[in-house]
Amino acid sequence: MTISRALFLVALGMALGTQALAAPNESQIERGHHVYQKWCYPCHGPGTDKPGTNAMAAQGLKPAVLEERTDLTPAAIKGYVRHGIYFMPTFRKTEISDADLDAIAAYLTRSNKPAATK
Amino acid sequence: MQLPPGVTSKDFSAALEQFANAVGKDWVFSSEADVNLYRDSYTPFWHEEKEPIPSAAVAPDNVEQVQQVVRIASQYKIPLWPISTGKNLGYGGAAPRMSGTVVLDLKRMNRVLEVNEKNHYALVEPGVSYFDLYHYIRERNLKVWIDPPDPGWGSLVGNALERGGGYTPMRDHFDAHCGMEIVMADGEVVRTGMGALPNSQTWQQYKYGFGPYLDGIFSQSNFGIVTKMGFWLYPEPEAYLSGTVSVPLRDDIHKMVEVFAYLANSGIVRGTTSVLKTSSFLQSDRGDTTVGLGGSTKSMEQYAAQKDLGYWSIDLPFYGAANVIAAEWEYAKEKFSVIPGVKFRDGVSYRFPLDPQQLAKIANPVPLGVPSLTTFSIGGPRSQGHIWFSPIIPMTGEAVLQAQDVFEQAYRDMGSPSAAPPGFPIWSFFSRAFVIIYFMPIEHDVEKNRRNREIFRQLIKIAAQHGWGEYRTHTAYMDDIMNAYSFNNHALLRLDETLKDALDPNGILAPGKSGVWPKRMRKANA
Ligand SMILES: Cc1cc2nc3c(=O)[nH]c(=O)nc-3n(C[C@H](O)[C@H](O)[C@H](O)COP(=O)(O)OP(=O)(O)OC[C@H]3O[C@@H](n4cnc5c(N)ncnc54)[C@H](O)[C@@H]3O)c2cc1C
Ligand code: HEC
Repeated sequence: MTISRALFLVALGMALGTQALAAPNESQIERGHHVYQKWCYPCHGPGTDKPGTNAMAAQGLKPAVLEERTDLTPAAIKGYVRHGIYFMPTFRKTEISDADLDAIAAYLTRSNKPAATK
Repeated sequence: MQLPPGVTSKDFSAALEQFANAVGKDWVFSSEADVNLYRDSYTPFWHEEKEPIPSAAVAPDNVEQVQQVVRIASQYKIPLWPISTGKNLGYGGAAPRMSGTVVLDLKRMNRVLEVNEKNHYALVEPGVSYFDLYHYIRERNLKVWIDPPDPGWGSLVGNALERGGGYTPMRDHFDAHCGMEIVMADGEVVRTGMGALPNSQTWQQYKYGFGPYLDGIFSQSNFGIVTKMGFWLYPEPEAYLSGTVSVPLRDDIHKMVEVFAYLANSGIVRGTTSVLKTSSFLQSDRGDTTVGLGGSTKSMEQYAAQKDLGYWSIDLPFYGAANVIAAEWEYAKEKFSVIPGVKFRDGVSYRFPLDPQQLAKIANPVPLGVPSLTTFSIGGPRSQGHIWFSPIIPMTGEAVLQAQDVFEQAYRDMGSPSAAPPGFPIWSFFSRAFVIIYFMPIEHDVEKNRRNREIFRQLIKIAAQHGWGEYRTHTAYMDDIMNAYSFNNHALLRLDETLKDALDPNGILAPGKSGVWPKRMRKANA
């Protein structure tokens, strides 16, 4: 009964539905970058010393560095942060508030083509 | 909604409302989605009824709010499980021991109250992580080091209360603390050590104060909620160097550990290291599927010799003045030279401070006082988490060989070689004894987790039969391990219970922590 990514995304869709998100502005992206540096970069930054990046590389996900992705949706990002995946644990709201998580999502989707940001 | 045992939903709602009045409604979490964030991401009970699920969480911002929460909980007999940063992965995460407990999340109390670089100490609140304190120090360019454990996102307070360990000479985190502030079960605030003296000038400089020294009873315990804690810091050293000692034969372990113990207990080796069975890595090198599980001693010795590696090896870390540590390494070599065929290899050396470019090149900066999350690669890319089995054994070659034989046999008997990682990791996180840290994988698979839980319980028993006990454990095994510490008909547990009943008569603080239950729950959990 291993949690697969596909299963996870199905569950996620049910949990979150499709959310409309106000277009992120510069300061929100900046805030997102800041929160990302603190909570995500130590696992998802570039380099072989980053466990999340290593895991994604082993999985064949390209690019393996999260910040370089342009296919992530805010709903998926939030789902992973609040549900965890493999050895990535959940993050509580005292660690990353909903507003901070919105900002992370804005940051990680900043280079998406408009269609992917739903 | 999950309710605390014995609490009506009417009372629980009233209590939640009062918690909200105390801390603000944004900081009381009771929806299922929010409460789920407090479950253990590495629980050995995935998809089982047995998984402890909290009823709610409440997150105060200051000591007065903690007092208010405790008084409300006391009135309704609602159990509270305090966490500092709640990153106790491998030992229970942010989750309580008992379902229905309310998690008291102290993460918002994240103020660095003082860092002193002349007397080398800090005073922090529970929510301060190693990353936080590190950045605070770097931003001010202070000449002190922190001592992070492998994961840098935990707290100085939570880790020290769990009696965790790091790598630098300040590696025994409970030992490195100096002074506490505690909210007791009745809401009273107590300060220990010199903190009991109003206007004390030395709360973080002299540990003991006056009268019975009580700090120890608040570690791995449920007697109070720690709201401030002082820590001694390491003055930034001038230099670091490491050297590797390797020995050719299995039986060389005796002399090797004897010399190591001499160097460590003399204060010559002051950092954490591990005794490595280098030869077991060679087995995996040969594609042997019984990695770490033996093979004939002779053949492994021969193979190790061919590869120009030892049967055993140990890295020695040295911290301090450059010329002093160079001399210490020379002295260590002289001492180990009594072992025929011993080999030495110089390792890395650094001068501090390191600039950011130098630091970026270091794969694991933790032994240099720099927090990181690199350790999370430990279970490989498909890992779904793990828990730790961590018994303390004597610092002797005899104990190392015996523990290796006993645990590897146990794993074999239980048909689970995969649970025993290669390398048989024996650590010196604490002085005077070794701690073995075994990795036990967690999966989203009920049967596998059940099997691993059985193995874990078996290991606890086998360890106890040999006189070895765990230094700390996952919430799932707290009763089992306390049960093993049974001298004189469980006199220690009975003393803990006496203290528990006196200090927390309503039994609201962390029921079941370390196997200590409040009176009203003792029978049900016996
Ligand atoms: C890959 C990996 C590597 C690890 N390496 C290490 C290591 O090198 N060294 C090490 O020590 N650990 C290690 N751990 C274990 C663990 O992650 C750390 O010890 C971590 O620091 C503990 O989490 P925390 O600091 O957030 O404590 P918390 O989760 O906040 O607290 C732990 C427990 O202490 C008690 N507690 C906490 N705060 C209070 C309080 N204020 N008052 C009263 N009781 C309180 C509670 O029972 C709580 O559940 C490792 C874990 C993993 C997964
Ligand atoms: C302890 C290490 C760790 C931390 C910290 C961490 N992650 Fe992860 N993350 C992982 C791992 C492991 C995976 C799974 C990779 C895989 O698919 O194999 C992952 C996967 C993800 C994915 C899924 C990517 C995909 O499409 O597969 C997202 C999105 C993500 N993380 C976001 C975050 C964010 C945002 C943060 C910070 C709030 C964060 N992570 C913090 C380890 C971590």
